[in-house]
Amino acid sequence: MSTPLLMFLLFIAVTLAITWWAARRSTGSAAYFAAGRNITGWQNGIAVAGDYMSAASFLGIAGIIAFQGYDGFMYSVGWLVAYLTVLLVVAEPLRNAGKYTMADVLAYRLRPRPVRAMASLSTLTVSTFYMIAQMVGAGTLVALLLKGSGISYNGAVAGVGILMVAYVVFGGMLATTWVQIIKAVLLIAGTILLSILVMAHFHFSLGEFFDAITHVQSGGKVTNFLEPGLRYKPPYGAIDLISLGLALIFGTAGLPHILVRFYTVPDARTARISVVWAMFIIGAFYIMTTFLGFGAATILGSDYIRGHGGINMSAPLLAQRLAGDVFFAFISSIAFATILAVVAGLTISASTSFAHDFFTNVIHHGRERRPGEEVRVARITAFFVGAVSIGIAVLLGPTFNVAFLVGLAFAVAASANLPVIVFSIFWPRFNTAGALWGQAAGLVSSLVLIVISPSIMGNDATHLIRGTPLFPLENPGIVSIPLGFLAAWLGAGLSSEPEAESKFAEMEVRANTGLGAEQAAGH
Amino acid sequence: MASPIPAPDWQRIARLPEFRELIAAKRRFIVPAFVFFCAYYFALPALVGWAPALMRRRVIGPVNLAYLYALSQFFMAWMVAILYTRAAARFDGIVKELLSRIQKD
Repeated sequence: MSTPLLMFLLFIAVTLAITWWAARRSTGSAAYFAAGRNITGWQNGIAVAGDYMSAASFLGIAGIIAFQGYDGFMYSVGWLVAYLTVLLVVAEPLRNAGKYTMADVLAYRLRPRPVRAMASLSTLTVSTFYMIAQMVGAGTLVALLLKGSGISYNGAVAGVGILMVAYVVFGGMLATTWVQIIKAVLLIAGTILLSILVMAHFHFSLGEFFDAITHVQSGGKVTNFLEPGLRYKPPYGAIDLISLGLALIFGTAGLPHILVRFYTVPDARTARISVVWAMFIIGAFYIMTTFLGFGAATILGSDYIRGHGGINMSAPLLAQRLAGDVFFAFISSIAFATILAVVAGLTISASTSFAHDFFTNVIHHGRERRPGEEVRVARITAFFVGAVSIGIAVLLGPTFNVAFLVGLAFAVAASANLPVIVFSIFWPRFNTAGALWGQAAGLVSSLVLIVISPSIMGNDATHLIRGTPLFPLENPGIVSIPLGFLAAWLGAGLSSEPEAESKFAEMEVRANTGLGAEQAAGH
Repeated sequence: MASPIPAPDWQRIARLPEFRELIAAKRRFIVPAFVFFCAYYFALPALVGWAPALMRRRVIGPVNLAYLYALSQFFMAWMVAILYTRAAARFDGIVKELLSRIQKD
């Protein structure tokens, strides 16, 4: 048995043990869905960071910088700055006014059944999108690691899917939180080590390192990778960059699996502290993507990476070149753990939303008919969400950059979720029609624009749909986010719902003071 | 945190001068902070896209303005987060007073 495989199995054994331990401790809905609301600020901060530093951040950004230099670093910047939207606008009101899901906040003022049904649909869509990217990353990674063992990309994708379902089905939120914490610590440690090795290669001279970045051999010519414009070129480059920026900055605050993290802490103050913790961890990590990405560009070069596993394998291949097979196995195990943990987090938010919002509140009018039914429905949903994303990841195949794929999930979240969250917290006139219009318009427009964009439509065999792209931008944010806001505003303006308006006072007081907020278990 | 009060009178609390002051104080910090960070952030893709010559200018050895401005975003985000944490401690104080007043009534 090879070293990479052994390290994998070890990690999986440890995390399953944690899951088993957590499963014995968690009973009841608040425990399963929100870890009993007893997670502390720094623990939640690390868990948020763990949820966020997905395959997209580690494998994806390293790859996109290795291939397209500076333009790839824009992902790193946007993904950190995005947390200011979370911190300033949504984290505290959400903790104060909600229970388990994003839709709880909407349901306070609005008619709960249609709003929850729509929010649940949007949550499932965003989570599935995000998860496809993780599955693609996992597939390429495992296929590379087990090269020669006969396990293919498709087999690897299915294997990861099954493991993830096991985590969520048996452990719930507490197990997922602890898996995130362990993985975040490992990921940061691995990234620091890899960064040091890159600098050692350049004799610990930043000057030498940056000099090398300005002379990268790629495709037979020398290119300055520190200059913008390798990915985002005229005539649409600037607009595409701004569109991506909008999706990143406003998408994080609409990501269901990040938002549910704020329900695992005792109060709004702890939610705030955990965001700040997460920002320092995530920021430090993203600054180090400079070393991972540009290190892979200068030391390996894109031609080598393309021939040895593809764009998403830049960071693991860099580890192999700098420190050999054992370090390669170590970095790969971390990447694998990262994916597993993120997928578990995504599945739990998607299945929570379905069980809590759709099943209990929409179909059964907010009552559990039998104790434990909600948790059981969540477990069944986890199986289905896993199966759908495995299917789509296999269909897409291993060539898509995973940071780019996740960027699309952010665009959907920013367009469908953020407008209605912001309006329902801050706008007295907002109502049910506005929420439904906003979510529907954001969801449909972002999805349609992605399908007719240059990444899906094109004139050669690498594209899923043949034909000239109907929409010129890679990322739909600049069109679909304003559309989401506009539709929410129009829907609310064209209808009248006195009840929603009269309940604004309750929303405002709850969101700002924490009066009547869900309390931690055991207090 | 406040102990659970049976059905608080939300409308009345929402009209209390202390509560309006809390909302106003939060707005006075959050709105300018939000506008500032958005302007600072979106200047990056705008400059990179529309003023590439300026952004290619080398500042420290081979390191250009584009990279330095991108790097500065991290420190900007951390600064805003720290400033907000300090402001929010003040808001927490106002909330505490407000809640104790409501319970006395």
